[in-house]
Amino acid sequence: MSLFSAKGLIKNFHSLRATDNVSIDVNPNEVHALIGPNGAGKSTLVNLISGLLPVDAGTITLDGRDITGLKAHERVHAGLSRCFQVTNLFKDISVMDNLRLAVQAHDGNNFKVFGIRNNERLLNDKARELGAKVGLEGDAVLDSIAGSLPHGAQRQLDIALALAANPKVLLLDEPMAGMGQDESARVVEMIKGLRQHMAILLIEHDMEAVFQLADRISVLVYGKVITTGTVDQIRNDPKVQEVYLGSETSHG
Amino acid sequence: MPGNTTKTFAWVPLLGIILLAGFPYFSEFFGLDYYTGFVMRLMILMIIVTSLNFLLGYGGMIALGHAGFIGIGSYAMVALVEAGITSVWLLWLGATAITAIGAALIGLVVLRTRGIYFLMSTLAFAEMVYYVAVSLRRYGGDDGYILSTPLTFGFGFDPMDTNTLYAVVLAAFILAFAFFNRMVDSRFGKTITGIRDNPVRMQALGYPTFKLQLQAFVIGSAVAGLGGAMMMTQNGFISPTTIHWTHSAELMVIVALGGMGYKWGAILGAGLWGVLKEFLPQLTEYWHWPMGLLVILIILFAPNGLWALVSRESATQSGGLFKFIRRQA
Repeated sequence: MSLFSAKGLIKNFHSLRATDNVSIDVNPNEVHALIGPNGAGKSTLVNLISGLLPVDAGTITLDGRDITGLKAHERVHAGLSRCFQVTNLFKDISVMDNLRLAVQAHDGNNFKVFGIRNNERLLNDKARELGAKVGLEGDAVLDSIAGSLPHGAQRQLDIALALAANPKVLLLDEPMAGMGQDESARVVEMIKGLRQHMAILLIEHDMEAVFQLADRISVLVYGKVITTGTVDQIRNDPKVQEVYLGSETSHG
Repeated sequence: MPGNTTKTFAWVPLLGIILLAGFPYFSEFFGLDYYTGFVMRLMILMIIVTSLNFLLGYGGMIALGHAGFIGIGSYAMVALVEAGITSVWLLWLGATAITAIGAALIGLVVLRTRGIYFLMSTLAFAEMVYYVAVSLRRYGGDDGYILSTPLTFGFGFDPMDTNTLYAVVLAAFILAFAFFNRMVDSRFGKTITGIRDNPVRMQALGYPTFKLQLQAFVIGSAVAGLGGAMMMTQNGFISPTTIHWTHSAELMVIVALGGMGYKWGAILGAGLWGVLKEFLPQLTEYWHWPMGLLVILIILFAPNGLWALVSRESATQSGGLFKFIRRQA
């Protein structure tokens, strides 16, 4: 029984069918990668699953519970958390404040109008712990303004924000996008560590990383999943080579 | 980021409170009794713009209908007086509660919109309140309503006594200002600024953004209602013109001039605006000219408001009205 499953998802934008009857599932502790050329509808699918866009048809279940009708923030509490393709942080506040905001969402009552938040010791400890999980440590880093961090560190922070929910399933939307090789390798290691604790649906362009990490791969083309299989099956699938690998193998 | 400035000038608020507390004695001594009422009006204005600053600066909710809530508060008080309540405390509490309910209902609709659409829909609701007030013949229609029932604070204290009312307003002013300043550093305040900066990410973190914004909108608006009830108590008179949209715009300009999203911004703006509006007409009949010139100068040279000139907080911490308008354009 899979931990997460989406069945028959459909999304139309006017006459364009961006998501065409997509079914995808993720097993416990599995990394299921979703690949596909640009414009295949990966981002739309991520938004449908995370609840930022409503589906036209289909059902999404998480741990046996139907979450199709839940709003984005409710899905997070149900155990489905996401990262963003374009790093999506609170750029004008410190790294620590970003982490606090993420921890706070899952920690007690937020209709507290008194009490200075930054002085809450327990919250601060949890925020530091969360930062450490993705390798953001030390006052120098934690006190710097999030938007001023190097790109790689911003991606790490983005992932940390998603981890605050202690998700059962983590949705990673192109975590390696725009990264150099060293940074990429670091994120690969990080994801290897994360999968011990959660299932991961990985949307990624970097084939190197996908082949290293994924247990199964699904290929999305023009809004449809054309095939799902193990790394070897996908590597040797002529259909996949034709639509995807042939043209876009070498991606930084 | 507590810079040295905050520590060095920690005595300023205390000095301000002492000066304000001593003002009625001072004015009485020098025969300037009239100005006790003026300072009191200024403090009520400061309460109102502080609540607006919370919505505009910290919440990023650029609402152009704040005067509507002042109106709801004032007319709620009128209705309660007509119903036979004379205790000022109960009247203020009732006016605040009724405004909060009104704000919740209006918020449910307007918070579904963003940016310029939010601005227009808050304006539309405030105008509705205005036309309701104009058509309320019972409460004087467009002539306004004159309070003729004597009110009481209880224990023999009379709100018609300027100095008594002044003391209560001063206390309310300090409490309201402390409340909002405390709130922006609280968990709730941080979620509100988080939603202002990045609503999508806040949803992805698991925050019910609509509900949180609604709570903030109700708090900010209810305090405007309280301000309306206080104005009513001081002036003994409410006219629908108070609710007119130009008044909402004036409040917005006050916050923007002072510094939107800065703790002291709205206070500074209200002080400056109130004093100029009081004294310029004594100097010249054409007092709108220097006032307009001032606004233009501030927009040109301090687009984030006057407080931004002295504050070490970065401008990005606050939205800034003019930045907002530029974003929309």
